[in-house]
Amino acid sequence: MKLTKLLLAVLVSATLLFVGCKPKDADIKANVEKALAADPMMTGTTVDVKDGVVTLNGECKDDACKMHCEEVAKGVKGVKSVLNNCTVAAPPPPPPPPPASLTTVLDGPTQQKVKDGLKDIPGVTVEFVGNKAIIKGQVTAANRLKIMQMLASAKVLSDVSGLTDKK
Amino acid sequence: MALQDKYAELLQTATNMGVANLASTEQAGVLHVSGTAKSTADYDALWALYAKIDPNMSSGDLMMNIDVKAEAGARLKVTTDSTNLNIRSTPSTEGEIVGKAAHDEIVTLVEKTDDSWWKIKTKDGEEGYAYAQYLSPEA
Repeated sequence: MKLTKLLLAVLVSATLLFVGCKPKDADIKANVEKALAADPMMTGTTVDVKDGVVTLNGECKDDACKMHCEEVAKGVKGVKSVLNNCTVAAPPPPPPPPPASLTTVLDGPTQQKVKDGLKDIPGVTVEFVGNKAIIKGQVTAANRLKIMQMLASAKVLSDVSGLTDKK
Repeated sequence: MALQDKYAELLQTATNMGVANLASTEQAGVLHVSGTAKSTADYDALWALYAKIDPNMSSGDLMMNIDVKAEAGARLKVTTDSTNLNIRSTPSTEGEIVGKAAHDEIVTLVEKTDDSWWKIKTKDGEEGYAYAQYLSPEA
């Protein structure tokens, strides 16, 4: 009889002790928020706790961030489980590629391309100075267009100030 | 970004046309624009706009490296003034002439070897390199 009472007393006090020790939802919430705030990866994550179950909401920048967020919350004392409702932000659009023509070269083969392109256009001469093709002569408007298109496709900078209109 | 402003109409038109991979950067006083136009008509319109914005295209401040979408097997029209287009064994005027395509003839694109020379095939089966300037992808 005495033993039963003793056991009961132990049981009651143990229960009280555990209940007393069990962090309240509000405390868990505060602790999870604190843990997340200490992490620079997290921004704008909201935390809800009910009976030790943590629900995370918000936007993470990537999957790794989302997983990390969950791990951090799980590591907080008193958390039974984590419901991770975070969404992953769409990746930022890649920066536009630089134009293909940005690198202009005027090596032998390129000079040859320019010469090839001018071959069928009468009355023009080309000289290569520095990184530019200097084109001179008299041309029709149609041929001027051809020259410019040819230079652009060969990616050659040009000086066509010496190119005059054929009347 | 003064050149971006000067050619704003051109860049906007290219965007509206849906020029693929359109990119533009100003470098050392030259605006470099590249992309792939959907059709020869779009390509021609962009060049006409260039000539309008910069009369005679004489400022040398625009490198318009726009090409026309054309994949292997595409139909190309020979756009020489009136003469035949030489088809050569190598992508250079040094290459031996292996065939000719007539003015306005339709040939088939085999590959875009580089920006200046394309490998083509005529309906008679002649295959070789021709100067890309004289080839326009057909819609």
